[in-house]
Amino acid sequence: MDLIVNHLSCERGGRRILADVALRLAPGQGMALRGPNGVGKSTLIRALCGLIPSGGQATLGEFELGSDGWLDNIAYTGHRDAIKAALSVVENLQFWADLYGGNADAALERFDLSAIADRPAGLCSAGQKRRLGLARLALGNRRLWLLDEPTVSLDAQHTALFAGVLAQHLGQGGLAIIATHIDLGLDLHPHVLAPATASPSTESDPFLAGEFY
Amino acid sequence: MTPVRALLTREIRLAVRAGGGAGLGLAFFLIVVLLAPLGIGPDQTLLAQVAPGLLWVAALLACLLSLDRLFQADHEDGTLDILALSPLPLEGVVAIKALAHWLTTGLPLVIAAPVLALTLNLPDAAQPMLILGLLLGTPALSAIGAVGAAITVGLRRGGLLLSLLVLPLYVPTLIFGAQIASRAADGLAAGASLPFLAGTSLLALAAGPFVAAAALRVNLR
Repeated sequence: MDLIVNHLSCERGGRRILADVALRLAPGQGMALRGPNGVGKSTLIRALCGLIPSGGQATLGEFELGSDGWLDNIAYTGHRDAIKAALSVVENLQFWADLYGGNADAALERFDLSAIADRPAGLCSAGQKRRLGLARLALGNRRLWLLDEPTVSLDAQHTALFAGVLAQHLGQGGLAIIATHIDLGLDLHPHVLAPATASPSTESDPFLAGEFY
Repeated sequence: MTPVRALLTREIRLAVRAGGGAGLGLAFFLIVVLLAPLGIGPDQTLLAQVAPGLLWVAALLACLLSLDRLFQADHEDGTLDILALSPLPLEGVVAIKALAHWLTTGLPLVIAAPVLALTLNLPDAAQPMLILGLLLGTPALSAIGAVGAAITVGLRRGGLLLSLLVLPLYVPTLIFGAQIASRAADGLAAGASLPFLAGTSLLALAAGPFVAAAALRVNLR
């Protein structure tokens, strides 16, 4: 199942963030997105989730971006961990396991969270919360992982643990796109995003185009 | 557990745990209705006359009180992104969250209303119609409220805007609901108000999830 992205473009608030992005990933390949702050790494990842509307083509195997088949094959972790402070660690993950399928206990074990499974998530440290957010990846058998700065607030030991999980995912023929500033010690294809200089040829925001009356 | 049950259980669990605010609406309802006789005075006929309207207005505002957190908490911690990508359609997520809001806010009001109606000297004959009206009407309050909550999800302190958006849409439910109870208090049949109330609720329940999901998608960009 190859990921092929062609001419992907994306605008936010009338400003073109991404223009003509082309990517190609074969099974087992990971890609490290690099580039300065504000260049559109998060935007690209959210666009590939289908959360932000985009132009151009993107296909994962036979599935088009935005189709149900695409959604069933991606896993996303963002800057926020989607954790409820009032629920315990295992309750948080069990909910996602019920929704996405998979075994919550195995995922906790994998991310070294079994010892604190019954602790309220609100009492966990930032690194533990991040690991709980990442543990969602180990639940379903999703082909394409879209990770936005996954190692923020992880210590060296758990960064290595996460790199191991990622390496295993890639080893099983999975794909991954990771926006990161650190070196995970894996053989990831670097992709440097350049700022989109060309302004949109046609203004898509009706307010900015002057058609607001 | 199926996804639908998992989401419903989680919503109810979050609502009843610390900081969830499940009791907020009910407490507000109790306070308003119990304070009203102190403000209006001990005139029993007057109290009986204003009871249906007062109960309905209090129920409406109590519902509104907990609405602004319906999607906002999930939006702030990133849960909404993951829910939007889940196998459940976003419309279904909205419907389940609105149902959980009704179970934790609307249903307690329906249960508490008959007891509070006694303190306002509502005639016994009007009690069944009051309960029936609230049972039919409060789901619409949650469904319409979900639309307002979805539109204002990205705003901090969006409660004011939410109230301004939602309260006009609550008016039909308020008029027909209060009408049913006050007609019963006067010994009259409910008449056209009952089907109109049920119709308003069905429309809100049918359209609400789709409108709210569309608003959420825009806010997730």
